[in-house]
Amino acid sequence: MSIIDKTAAVPAPRGGDHTGPLLEVRDLHVEFHTRDGVAKAVNGVNYSVNAGETLAVLGESGSGKSVTAQAIMGILDMPPGKIPQGEILFRGEDMLKMSEEERRKIRGRKIAMIFQDALSSLNPVLTVGYQLGEMFRVHHGMSKKDAKVKAIELMDKVKIPAAKARVSDYPHQFSGGMRQRIMIAMALALEPDLIIADEPTTALDVTVQAQVMDLLAELQQEYNMGLILITHDLGVVADVADKIAVMYAGRIVEQAPVHELYKRPAHPYTRGLLDSIPRLDQKGQELYAIKGLPPNLLKVPTGCAFNPRCPKADDLCRTEIPALVPVTEQNGADLPGRKSACHFWKETIHG
Amino acid sequence: MGRYVARRLLQMIPVFLGTTLLIFLMVHSLPGDPVLAMFGDKGADPATLAAKRHELGLDKPTWQQYLFYMRDMLLHLDFGTQIRNGLPVTDVLGDAFPITLQLATLAFAIELIFGIGLGVIGGLRAGRLADNLILIFTLLIISIPVFVLGFIIKMVFAFNLGWIDPNVSTQPEWGELIAPAIVLGFLSLAYVARLTRTSMAENLRADYMRTAVAKGLPRRRVIGVHLMRNSMIPVITFLGTDIGALMGGAIVTESIFNIKGVGGVIAESISRREGATLVGLVTILVIVYLVTSLLIDLLYAVLDPRIRYA
Repeated sequence: MSIIDKTAAVPAPRGGDHTGPLLEVRDLHVEFHTRDGVAKAVNGVNYSVNAGETLAVLGESGSGKSVTAQAIMGILDMPPGKIPQGEILFRGEDMLKMSEEERRKIRGRKIAMIFQDALSSLNPVLTVGYQLGEMFRVHHGMSKKDAKVKAIELMDKVKIPAAKARVSDYPHQFSGGMRQRIMIAMALALEPDLIIADEPTTALDVTVQAQVMDLLAELQQEYNMGLILITHDLGVVADVADKIAVMYAGRIVEQAPVHELYKRPAHPYTRGLLDSIPRLDQKGQELYAIKGLPPNLLKVPTGCAFNPRCPKADDLCRTEIPALVPVTEQNGADLPGRKSACHFWKETIHG
Repeated sequence: MGRYVARRLLQMIPVFLGTTLLIFLMVHSLPGDPVLAMFGDKGADPATLAAKRHELGLDKPTWQQYLFYMRDMLLHLDFGTQIRNGLPVTDVLGDAFPITLQLATLAFAIELIFGIGLGVIGGLRAGRLADNLILIFTLLIISIPVFVLGFIIKMVFAFNLGWIDPNVSTQPEWGELIAPAIVLGFLSLAYVARLTRTSMAENLRADYMRTAVAKGLPRRRVIGVHLMRNSMIPVITFLGTDIGALMGGAIVTESIFNIKGVGGVIAESISRREGATLVGLVTILVIVYLVTSLLIDLLYAVLDPRIRYA
């Protein structure tokens, strides 16, 4: 089934024959009003995903990658959360301007989300069959019986052995990998256009991680879905992503096609991340680590938020926030899709 | 599951024996003499008293009395007779129990509906005005002793306003029992409301709630199915034990409103030193309590599949 068939089958979005990216986030800001002050979790994020494309959003805890995803999904806790400005365009339509009911209809049906910890993200007192079938019952008005048949089909699809026998089991009766497959099945249920996977493999052990990522990539291809993969694991990203956005303190600091980023990072933070991957050929040497701690979002450093930890920082970095600018070759030739938010990106990328 | 039920039923035996023995010993250590009490102030000659004691088996040592009592109970389902008028304890209880049941049902319904209702309102609006009002209200109820509340309600509604009769008739209508049921159920209502509120407020922040919203479920369903199923588990446990307690009658409430229920009979038996009646009553109530608590434990597994009985 192509993406065009799919748009026709569902209630047509008002922007009908939209040709731009599937999802576009424009200048998104999210802040949390807490007792200690306003925490600026996301400060002007821009990114876009096309159908069939995988965008990996990389960053450490508190960099705003999950909050951005939750804002897209519309599952931010508001209050304390607040979106003071920005646009989230899904097929050209700003979701932030939609009514709650319109957004609800998009959730699960058009945009689905996979969460990090499948055990706590699945309802402990309902069978997995019920939780899977619920998607069909609520969105398609299916009967309980038909929904169960569909649930078994889905469980087969994500390669859960003996799906028929296990459909009435509860989440705690499954292993971690199987639970994450159920999460994936639930997200896939209505064949959404976009899936947001928030650290889908973080809670799993390494062998299972690879299986789950493969499954996700395979299904993504089959349905030609857009995928936003949120992670802090550079190893996971390399195999599946098409492009990467690196986030730091609520901003995107670097954007690039996946392999280019690994080859030539254009931001000191990305470089630091890449250098801190353990390597076999450097066995016995001390592992590199980025010095310092992630910034306190209540008190983000002036200028470039990374400056206190940056080996290349100078006075300019402490006073002026660097814009996310296109990166070029040394001779000025275009590097499509590459951007960096560093005053010294030239020195960083070209050595 | 079957094995678990069997084990629980077996566990009831020592509990049953222990409680009956304790009650028996306690009643027998009370000062006073039921036979002497039968004759009132006039007294009687020692020979008559001794004959009466012999007839009732009260001249034997306590342990022997206990054994005879247990033998009659287990072999003939004979829970003893009331010394005062010779009625079997089962008949006395049979008269009193329906009224207690009626009162307990009403009290339970009140605490169920209003307790959970207030709890849900508070839980969904945790930290806001409605929640704070409910917390203050329930705290107030918890801190007022039952007899104070009972007398206040009786004073205001029966004597000052004249809306209700101060005493409930011997065959009470449901309407007559509303005021006593409120007095009886109010304390538990407060606990149920607080328990529901905390449980809801806590589960509202759970990851699976976020998932339910992300699935695009309507709010009704998110709250009604996903939140309620999880939040009701501790509440049901509390309500279960409370059923057992309500069945045991309410000595204070029943005596304030002059209701002839189990609580009244127990109070009367204590003041008359009616050992056999008391032991018989309490034994039956212990059985009721044990059975309800077993049922609740089984219901618990239905509500929370993570609980496994082995």
